Parts: sequence; C-alpha cells; structure tokens
Amino acid sequence: MTRILRPDFSTIAGWIERGARVLDLGCGDGSLFAYLREARGVTGYGIEIDDAGVLASIGNGVNVIQGDLETGLAGFDDASFDSVILSQTLQAMRHTEDIVLEMLRVGSEAIVTFPNFGHWSHRSQVLLGRMPVSSSLPYQWYDTPNVHLCTVADFDAFCAVHGFDVLERVVLHDARRVRWLPNLFGSLAIYRFRRDPGRGAK
Amino acid sequence: MNLASSAAPGSVGIVQPQRAAFAEPLKLSSGAELPAFELMYETYGALDTARANAILVCHALNASHHVAGRYAGREDSEGWWDNMVGPGKPVDTDRFFVVGVNNIGSCFGSTGPASVNPATGKPWGSDFPIVTVEDWVDAQVRLADRLGIERFAAVMGGSLGGMQALCWAIRYPERIANALVIAAAPNLSAQNIAFNEVARAAILTDPDFHDGHYYAHGVKPVRGLRVARMIGHITYISDEQMGEKFGRALREGLNYSFAPEFEIESYLRYQGEKFSEYFDANTYLRITKALDYFDPAAAAGGDLTLALAPATCRFLVISFTTDWRFSPARSREIVKALVDNRRDVCYAEIVAPHGHDAFLLDTPQYHAVVRAYLERVPR
Repeated sequence: MTRILRPDFSTIAGWIERGARVLDLGCGDGSLFAYLREARGVTGYGIEIDDAGVLASIGNGVNVIQGDLETGLAGFDDASFDSVILSQTLQAMRHTEDIVLEMLRVGSEAIVTFPNFGHWSHRSQVLLGRMPVSSSLPYQWYDTPNVHLCTVADFDAFCAVHGFDVLERVVLHDARRVRWLPNLFGSLAIYRFRRDPGRGAK
Repeated sequence: MNLASSAAPGSVGIVQPQRAAFAEPLKLSSGAELPAFELMYETYGALDTARANAILVCHALNASHHVAGRYAGREDSEGWWDNMVGPGKPVDTDRFFVVGVNNIGSCFGSTGPASVNPATGKPWGSDFPIVTVEDWVDAQVRLADRLGIERFAAVMGGSLGGMQALCWAIRYPERIANALVIAAAPNLSAQNIAFNEVARAAILTDPDFHDGHYYAHGVKPVRGLRVARMIGHITYISDEQMGEKFGRALREGLNYSFAPEFEIESYLRYQGEKFSEYFDANTYLRITKALDYFDPAAAAGGDLTLALAPATCRFLVISFTTDWRFSPARSREIVKALVDNRRDVCYAEIVAPHGHDAFLLDTPQYHAVVRAYLERVPR
C-alpha cells in the first residue's frame, strides 16, 4: 500500500502516547489514523463526510464513522478520548469555534493543524493585489473549500481568548521546523492544547 | 451436470434448498417450547478446512433462505440478495461460505404456522407460538452447530435481518467475528409499531381469517394480507421516490369511481395481490410481532450501551439517507452505543433515493462499502 505521509504526521505522532484513544476529525482516507495505529498503537475512530474517504478508510482498516463535523460531536461522550485531532480541516469548517470547543469536550487534548495564511508568499501575493495560491493553499479564490483561513498569530490569539493552554506549537515549511519568525516563514502550523486547568471547566 | 458452466457471471448458478431437522425442543422467549423444528437453508461457496469463512445471511420480513442463485428450470427464481452474494460480488462466494436460512414461523419451508402440530396432527394455525428475534437466532445457532461452524466470519442482514445480526453479536459474542447491520434500528419507534398494527388489523378482521385456523376452512385471508402488504410497501419507499415513479399519473383519466385510477393505486394493488399469493397471513402476524418486540436495550433498563456491552465483534453499520422507516438516526444510536463500549465499528450513511428498499438495491457506494469491509476480514 502506498501512503503519502504528510509532513504533520510525524509531529502529531510524537505528541501521542502509546496506546492512546484517538478521534481523528475529517480523517480523509484514514492514512493519519493508520499511521498512528502503526507508530503509536492508538485505538479510536475517524470521522469523515466524503463517500470516497469513508470507503478508503474502511480499506485502510480504520474505524470510520460517516458524519458531518459541522453538526458537532453528539455521538461522543465527554472526555472519552485522550486526543482529538483536526488535521488540515479547520480552515474548511464553517463552525470553527464550535468544533474546537467540541474537541475539548470529548478529548483531554486537541491537536489542530492548518495552513499558515501568514507565510510570506501569501502576504506578498495579497500585497500585489491577488488572493494567494501556493503549495499549502492550492486553490483559486473561486474554487477553494477554505472559508476560515488564519495565521499563526491569529490562532495564538484565539487560544488566548478562549483560555486554552497551548502545550506545543510547531510550525513547518517544506517539512522542516521553522523557529525564526514562524508566522512569516512557516506554511503549516501544528498546535497541541487543552483547556486551561487553572480556569476550570467552561 | 456441471453447475459451474451453467452459471452466469457473478451468479452462484443453480442452487438447491436443504432441510435440517432438530429433534431437541427449542425454548422460546414467550416461555413456550417448540417440541421439534425444521429449518430450510441454502449454502453457496465452500467451507474452508478451518471452518472459519462462513457468513450467515439473515432475512427480513418477506424473504427466505433463498438468498442467491436460481432454481433449476425456473428463470424467475433469482434469490432475494443475488446482487450482493455471488462469485466476485461484495459477499464473494469464491472466498466465503455463505449460508441463507429461513426462520421458524415463516412460510417457506421452515417450521411455521402452516406446519403440522405434532400434538394435534393438524396445521398449527393460531396455536403456533409467537417467536422473537432471539428465538430465531437460537434456532440459527442449532443450524451452525449442525454445519460445524463454531464461529461465523460474519453475520449480516438488512432491516429485520440486521436486527438478527445485532442479536447474534449480543447473545453469542464468541460465535461471530463481524456483524453487518444494514438499514436496521435498535428497536421500532411507536410509528413503526403503529404501521405493523394496522397491517395486523387488516388480517385479523378479514372474515376468512377464522382465528388463524383458516387452513382447515380451505380459504386464506388474502384481502387482509393484501392491505397489510400495501401499507408495508408505502413505508419501504421514500416520498420522493414514489413521487418520481408515479406522481399523480392516471391510468386512463378520472372515472369518478373507486376503481384504481391513479398509477400508485394500481401499483399498490398489484404488490398486495402478488404478495397474498405466496405469503401466509399467520407468518405475517408473527414476523411483525417479532419486529415490535425486538428491543435489546429493554433488558438493560433502556440503556443500549449496556445492552451492547457483551458484543465483542467488529461492526459495519449502514443506513440510507431516505429511509424513513429505519432512519439513519436510528443506526447512529447503534453506532453511539458501540463507540461508548469502545468497539470496532465502521458506519456508512449511503445517499440513496429509494427509502428503506435501498438495502436490497445495488447503489455503488453501498456495495463498495460492504466489499471493502469484507476484504479486510482476515483470511
């Protein structure tokens, strides 16, 4: 089986305990879940709305549940997973805030990855008067599924406003970690966060 | 005769039903006992030496053990799930040994109301006990024992057949590796029971019913059975599909009479007519009761999660978007209970316009999901 390993996979795997209970939202063909199962022995489920993704996930032996994330995670009890992952799906969701809150309801920790709109190539295209098109944002303005793009700085502020405790933040470009000015030179952001235990439950 | 050469591509070809007799009494949920019973069944494909590749197919309301293939000399005798089961089909008989079984209480050869009651020497009629999904599954276990199948690779079914697969998973967890629960529900809603009650009322009030002992009178309550089937049929199709197929189309024009004028009327009458020719009213009464009674959560204080806790097999749950008889929301209840128990489950919600009947049709995504799931079943 050929499987394209996306650059965020190994970072995510490094943050997940061996044998953890994982819920992968927008699991696509199940390749991230299958990777985590092999690398970390995780158990749990993927959620996917697209027919082709559901079929491919079943083919990859992933427990996939067909459903729409926009309607929340009603089928899952509070605190029933160690990690809830939303990998490169956040930017395509309408109910962005709701899904992040739902992730922290059903899971102890959330892992979110998204393309960084703040990357210099995007900024320069906007400066030249065009909507950005790049390897991390490979769509034209008229056919993009992305409706909620954000920058690393935006997501930092989002976490601060909601009182999330950011445990890790890794920003990549070309699969390499960017430490210097990540919001300018990074194209893929990966966050691991939880509810701030100091602030108690919502 | 070389059966293989007569087989159409993808068909199991000419098949023969078999009969298994069980002398040991079967204790029923009602407390009654069936002194002895027979089950009709068919098998397709070959049981492997480890006896580990068997799939049991459970039937719904009006079907039987004749799942796939045809009977010799009868072109129109194709099995009810022939599009699903066969060589190279989603349930691949080149790989799996597939067993179709007819439930007790039915009218297709297994012991039922039309069979002879050994105590009286006459047909059972109304004296045939009310049987439940649990009773059916207990009887199916006897057949598995007879065939030397200790553990099914999968038990599968649609609608009431899916309820049997669910029941297997709960009742005999060590004897089933996978359950395919298609277009089913954890129990019937009040609306569903209501439809069944109207159907039963049609049969029970037919003057030819004779308290269920109509065999002795040489008549059949065909009028009641026709109406029962008409009601059922309305609930198996989506409003959208019925509108598309029939709309308000008229056969000739308005005659200002009660003869069938709209196409949908004549369609329902035809379906009722056809059904009443081959189905038994006492069986219809009992199968609808089994549907009404099925409620594994009831024994667990209404807690489906608790009810499904004993089930350890892997699950594939499938629903269809326009199925309003057993809606996707009902399948999601099953999925939720399995997730609560941390069980392996895949769930697919198939976009199909047909309503409940979609489980018998061959929507590409539906068949692809079943195929992909069964391909993952270890060899």
